[in-house]
Amino acid sequence: MGQTGYRHPYIANSTQETLEEMLRELGVGDVWELYSDVPRKYILEKPPAIEGPLSEQEVQAHVRSMLSRNKTARQLKLFIGGGVWPHYIPAAVREVISRSEFLTSYTPYQPEASQGMLTALFEYQSLVAELYDVDVVNSSMYDWATAVGEAFRMAHRYNGRKKIIVPRFISPERLAVAETYVKPLGLEIVSVRQDEHGRIDEEELKHLADRDTAAIYVENPAYLGFIVENITAAGEIAHDVGSLFIVGAEPTSLGILKPPGSYGADIIVGEGQPLGLPMNFGGPLMGILGCRHEQRLVHAMPGRLIGMTEDIRGERRAFTMVLQAREQHIRREKATSNICTNQALCAVAVAAYLALLGKSGLRSLAEHILAKTAYMIERLSKINNIQVPLFDAPHYMEFTYRMRGVKAKALLNKLLQHGIVGGIDVSSMHDSLNGAVLTCVTEVHSREDLEAYARAVESLGVG
Amino acid sequence: MYRQALWDEPLVFEASRKGAVGYLPPSLEEEIKQAGARALSRIPRGMLREELPLPELSELEVIRHYTRLSQMNYSISTGFYPLGSCTMKYNPVVNNELAALDEIALLHPAQPEETVQGALELLYRLEKALCEITGMDRFSFAPAAGAHGELAGCLIMRAYHAERGEERSKIIVPDSAHGTNPATAAMSGYEVVVVGTDSEGGVDVKELEKLVDEKTAGLMLTNPNTLGLFEKDIERIVEIMHDAGALLYYDGANLNAIAGVVRPGDMGFDIVHLNLHKTFSTPHGGGGPGAGPVGVVSRLEKYLPPPLVVYDEKTGRYRLDYDRPSSIGRIKMYHGNFAVLVRAYAYILSMGGEGLRRAALNAVVASNYLLAKMRRARGVSLPYGAARPRKHEFVLSLSRLRRETGVRALDVAKRLLDYGFHAPTIYFPLIVDEAFMVEPTESESKNELDRFAEAFERIIAESYENPEMVRGAPYSTSVGRVNEARASHPKTMTPTWRVYRKRAIELGVEK
Repeated sequence: MGQTGYRHPYIANSTQETLEEMLRELGVGDVWELYSDVPRKYILEKPPAIEGPLSEQEVQAHVRSMLSRNKTARQLKLFIGGGVWPHYIPAAVREVISRSEFLTSYTPYQPEASQGMLTALFEYQSLVAELYDVDVVNSSMYDWATAVGEAFRMAHRYNGRKKIIVPRFISPERLAVAETYVKPLGLEIVSVRQDEHGRIDEEELKHLADRDTAAIYVENPAYLGFIVENITAAGEIAHDVGSLFIVGAEPTSLGILKPPGSYGADIIVGEGQPLGLPMNFGGPLMGILGCRHEQRLVHAMPGRLIGMTEDIRGERRAFTMVLQAREQHIRREKATSNICTNQALCAVAVAAYLALLGKSGLRSLAEHILAKTAYMIERLSKINNIQVPLFDAPHYMEFTYRMRGVKAKALLNKLLQHGIVGGIDVSSMHDSLNGAVLTCVTEVHSREDLEAYARAVESLGVG
Repeated sequence: MYRQALWDEPLVFEASRKGAVGYLPPSLEEEIKQAGARALSRIPRGMLREELPLPELSELEVIRHYTRLSQMNYSISTGFYPLGSCTMKYNPVVNNELAALDEIALLHPAQPEETVQGALELLYRLEKALCEITGMDRFSFAPAAGAHGELAGCLIMRAYHAERGEERSKIIVPDSAHGTNPATAAMSGYEVVVVGTDSEGGVDVKELEKLVDEKTAGLMLTNPNTLGLFEKDIERIVEIMHDAGALLYYDGANLNAIAGVVRPGDMGFDIVHLNLHKTFSTPHGGGGPGAGPVGVVSRLEKYLPPPLVVYDEKTGRYRLDYDRPSSIGRIKMYHGNFAVLVRAYAYILSMGGEGLRRAALNAVVASNYLLAKMRRARGVSLPYGAARPRKHEFVLSLSRLRRETGVRALDVAKRLLDYGFHAPTIYFPLIVDEAFMVEPTESESKNELDRFAEAFERIIAESYENPEMVRGAPYSTSVGRVNEARASHPKTMTPTWRVYRKRAIELGVEK
């Protein structure tokens, strides 16, 4: 196996002596005898020509130097959300998920040796269940978008129907992902109007909803930040035609807003990232998916589920994966989903985050974000030629605005010159959003940051 | 003997104390507060939350709670984790340090391209390396996990055949395949056709010839397969599929046996997914996050899920290409699990081509070494091609042990926990009775492998001497054997604390 003296910190038996000793034990003269069943022509003569090897010290320098070309929230003021939002992460959350006992474990297939992870995941499910006011939450999906796709498939599995109704101002990325997910089932996704208050057009929804409607999906707060005041009516319309009501909600908003379970959601989805996960250039994120505690609905659910039980002697409480007969490793082609590896460690972070903030911390955070959003809208509204917000409704964390006569793209480019990432250009979403920017304000933005943003926008109006 | 930590740890709900808090956001300036009050008054009362039944704990209580829980969790950092098909190799800690950098954590995925050039360059270079390692031409990093990569792959098959005006309705998977293969094929709208395994442990080529027809979209194959055997008829298999106009999908779960040695592309595979949390050492986090990039040969490139990373020579800048009209469409928000991809890139840098190749060879030596020791044990057999060398993993059958002692693979697995080792994968693949699937990886020293083999021998001896004791294992873990039947029974299934509470109140146990 090449020259003697090869050593590598990650290969335990890399010295020639140890290897030869092991091969002797096997009665094999040369390591390549173990590849004797591989057609010779496929064996590479030389190792692949890729970068490396570098020492640990060099890897550090190389990766850090490459990444230093990024401009992050340290150099820029980021007022951008839309699916990943800038938030502060308490140090204690990072501490918890740095524990290598969590970090370097596999899926808890042996519950007796994995009670720590299983308990933490059970707590995640339980905490999110309280937050959304539903009884069942799975132990995570990849992100909000895939959770929406899986929720639509789940609705179809539950009632066999083929139409899904979504609001006009749904996140375009979530919609695109959901479309990919439902296409093989032949489901049809149609959209319902929302008016200038962001309210769902109830008449049109009644007209669209029929006996072939698998589910009506609504997001609250909406992708564009407004609170959908008649969301309860959408749920009633769904139930009137016997279809499921799916609600997507950003989780911190539930510190002040009524939880989806309380207004009739059968399935809930959301994004866990605001609850203690870094933006990480978009991943890992964590999809939230839960439902009512109806056996048939739970059995139609994708993903892993942890349950509380006890040891066989009935002496101690214990946790384990439950209803595995829905999953791919047991049910194979009849599984509810193919999902296997999910975002477990992210779910532990979310559990730690919710445990830290608790009842009063999460409420304070939501009030904080609501207040800063409102303050920012009020501050911007003093600027000439601005229209803010574009929906006449209360907003949470995000809102839309436009500067008359300025294209969204040009506006954002100008703001970038001030060191500000001003939001997302949403003008292509709909005619009514021509020139519109979606801006995000959270607890990470100080009053000075908000003022700097407003001044930069103001300077455009002057020029 | 091993003794896992045991804490009588209450759940956060039980430990809750009224008024406690573990974290608070900054307080607000008066005028912002007033703006908040105005906004709050605009929200209809019916839309406001009344109850928020989250627990209340101090910061220390939270830290202590999760630290104690972590101590009740087996991990690679704790000990040997020979879980077959999961490639539980060492997760280099330097990679975690890099993945936690502000340059990643504080980077929003929708920032302007000129502000994320470092991240895009990293993705570009990682793609180049993965192409070189697999023989594919392009990769998309969108998939978040192996099964997610499979989904992209099967949808690529659909898009490819559809664009050629062909309606193909079937995907073939071996009976030894990972469960995700048939589940993904079905999720992508295909009928799943199962091909059997021959006596030498490979795809039954004669049966495959009969199954393949003009309705066959493709074959999903793991090579080496889940028996740890290289598909020695791979040339013929590829020929059969391609002659029928079907595609070959490579499930990368077992790449660790051949990384740097054999390339799926050279064998004729058209689509590949990689589990970066296996072969490329990123930590599995108790069930994720992973990363499952999907790669293809050039004729399938246009179907890849967006975005792809592109280097623009004119501007000298990297950019993300979303404009891909033939693509299968988006499968996830943004550009994949970036913090995981960073770790994989750092790992590749640490190894280089030669390191990857040596890791594969060492993993295979370790596997055969352990097999040679373990197969000597009484009651143990090596089904399928007993004379053939295994690759990175092997599957024993404990069928005879069960017949002779009543001790099952499950019991031996549980008993191993008492000796301080994680159990192998059991009852998989399904074609082996009382399957016991061991994957040691290149990370474990000869001494550790010897200790594991000794523990296994002792458990076999215990099974013949005192089967009842083995059937009652484990005894050294934080809980004894778990009541799985109760856990999933409709009457007792308890997925959350609130279900537990509601049931307790119904039963009159608690108020």
